[in-house]
Amino acid sequence: MTTTAPTEQDVLTGLADVLQEVVGTAPEAVVPEATFDFHLDVDSLAMVEVVVACEDRFGVRIPDEDLERLRTVGDAVRYIVDAGAAA
Amino acid sequence: MRGATLTGLGAHRTAPVDNTAVAARLGSSDAWIRSRTGIVTRGVAGADESVVDMAVSAGAKALAAAGVDAADVGLVLLATCSLPGALPHGAPEVAHRLGCTAAGGSDVGAGCAGFVYALALAADAVRAGSADHVLVVGSERMLDVVDPHDRGTAMIFGDGAGAVLVSAAAPGAEGGVARPVWSADGGQRDRLVADGSPPRMRMDGQAVYRWATTTLPALARRACDAAGCTVADLDALVPHQANRRITDSVVAALGLPDRVAVAHDVVDAGNTSAASVPLALARLVERGEVRPGDRALLLGFGAGLAAAGLVVRVP
Repeated sequence: MTTTAPTEQDVLTGLADVLQEVVGTAPEAVVPEATFDFHLDVDSLAMVEVVVACEDRFGVRIPDEDLERLRTVGDAVRYIVDAGAAA
Repeated sequence: MRGATLTGLGAHRTAPVDNTAVAARLGSSDAWIRSRTGIVTRGVAGADESVVDMAVSAGAKALAAAGVDAADVGLVLLATCSLPGALPHGAPEVAHRLGCTAAGGSDVGAGCAGFVYALALAADAVRAGSADHVLVVGSERMLDVVDPHDRGTAMIFGDGAGAVLVSAAAPGAEGGVARPVWSADGGQRDRLVADGSPPRMRMDGQAVYRWATTTLPALARRACDAAGCTVADLDALVPHQANRRITDSVVAALGLPDRVAVAHDVVDAGNTSAASVPLALARLVERGEVRPGDRALLLGFGAGLAAAGLVVRVP
């Protein structure tokens, strides 16, 4: 059986679902250039909850040490794709 | 084997201080502190409120509530991480000043989880017959340990003390103190550290938040299993008062029914480390949100990283 790795668009859509569920973010606000803290009002603790939900959804591990690298939605999408997200 | 039950509860609260001064010092704001922590005021100890002074005050109230003579206490356990020096430990002086002339005295170190660990050990000592009454106290002057200019911790912590008396009960008696469950992850020892001279705390807040919110729901369910109940049978949840958002996250993950009273003493008292669980339980009692005999789940968690949980009947 082969599975197709999700595209950046797939991960972006999934991340928008996570943000809506965890912090109530409107999906249309979740664009690659949006920063979590300033544009989306996701503070440092909410970011932890978002990351934990992304780990469950995409089957990746995002260590605490890497959190500060995830400043924008685009940063997170690329990180998750590069980490080998599962569909 | 005989049982162990809580027979008394006592609190020593320090003066409430609002967010104005700490917000100004950190270049922050009252709104920012409230949104990140839930804290509106924190208890701040005066010069005449040492860790031992506050422990004696809370312990005396627990003994009075239980109606037990200090001379009948067999053991005093003090949970603290904020004594001014490594020696002496505090419990012997607490026992001495309370008149617990027949008691042994030892401190229990498990950071913010210290009170729940000490209570678990106390209940086992009572069940085993090593003591008929054990006084368990959590007392902290956390503002002596935090760096007043550290944005990660300076607004969070507070001072205070709380105590319970654990007493022998008839074998097979209903209620009391259930068996504890615990966990420790020493691989994360660097997440929460107080070192140097004087000691200054450093905390990786995001890592501790992740560990707490992902560890505590399962620990809570295991603690209920150990007590022969489920989370739906609880009357109250009294977690260590680290941060209101941790409590809210755990409540959501557990799907606790609305009728369960949830302690949010952090709003008024701040994070008082090992003192927070008895202080928060006392607040629920004072407000009439729990009654004697109610089933309360106590959760301790913090430096180590270490956690413990157990179910008690409210005294």
